[in-house]
Amino acid sequence: MSVGHSVTSDHQLARLLQIGIVLEEVVEARAHHHYQSLAEEDRDLDDEIESLLEHAAEESAEHRNALEELIAGLEADSVPFEEIETLVEAQYGQTKPEDFDGILYDQLCNEETAYKFYDDLIKAIEDSDVEFSVDRATLLSVLRDLRAAERDGVERVTTIMEERA
Amino acid sequence: MNTADQYLKAIYLIQQAEDGPAATGKLADRLDVSPASANEMIGKLESRGLAEHEKYKGVKLTDEGIVRARDALQTYCIIERFLANVLAVEEFRSEARELEAVIDGTVAERLDTIIERRPECPDCFDPEDDACACLEVTFEEETIAD
Repeated sequence: MSVGHSVTSDHQLARLLQIGIVLEEVVEARAHHHYQSLAEEDRDLDDEIESLLEHAAEESAEHRNALEELIAGLEADSVPFEEIETLVEAQYGQTKPEDFDGILYDQLCNEETAYKFYDDLIKAIEDSDVEFSVDRATLLSVLRDLRAAERDGVERVTTIMEERA
Repeated sequence: MNTADQYLKAIYLIQQAEDGPAATGKLADRLDVSPASANEMIGKLESRGLAEHEKYKGVKLTDEGIVRARDALQTYCIIERFLANVLAVEEFRSEARELEAVIDGTVAERLDTIIERRPECPDCFDPEDDACACLEVTFEEETIAD
């Protein structure tokens, strides 16, 4: 067992990036799922939430690509999006949020979780003196950009929630 | 999961197995740290009201410490289950041990949305096997090897 917070190998880094990809896939699949539920019921009623979910899904897809490029340099496999989408549907499909507040709250959790993940990962890489197969500066720069995007996402959702309170 | 939570989880598991306080030496062995490091962290946990240290007996978690330890164990179970069932990682035990320090409880909760975990979790965790007793793995190599 290792006690501490640093990333100590290429393999561990690749695994963490894979987890990042899955988290982004979960966000994308859930946003897509919510978007579809809006399409069936109230899509016309709320352009703001529709646009928020669309943006969340697009952003998550971009983040996945960025993470996939990093793990390609580490020679690890990515996780197929369809597989995660099926899992999200299976676990989540029957319990969709009851209202817009539920959707916004879920989206806020998504953004906050992703922010926390990238923040912890960046710190763990900064605490490590291991030389990875990918360039450390590029790795940290990509992850910091992703973290900044998640922070913006938290602010975006919070603003909408406050306006509606 | 931060370092304190890793200690709380380890103390909890030893306490359960021993049905009594966790000896500092056993705790240090389990976490692969020096007894001095273990003692230092026990002092911190004590000052936070999460554990009580009894001389010559070992360390025991307070009620608040038990709650935190069970949360940490649940996070660990989620990581193991996620690695085994979603990413099909055969060495899920050792990888979970490596990753637990970097995966926060909130992140684990999100991963939890795509795995099937039993309601009795984390009580189904088997410290001997270092895995959930209900965990079903699709690959047989590791279970045979163990």
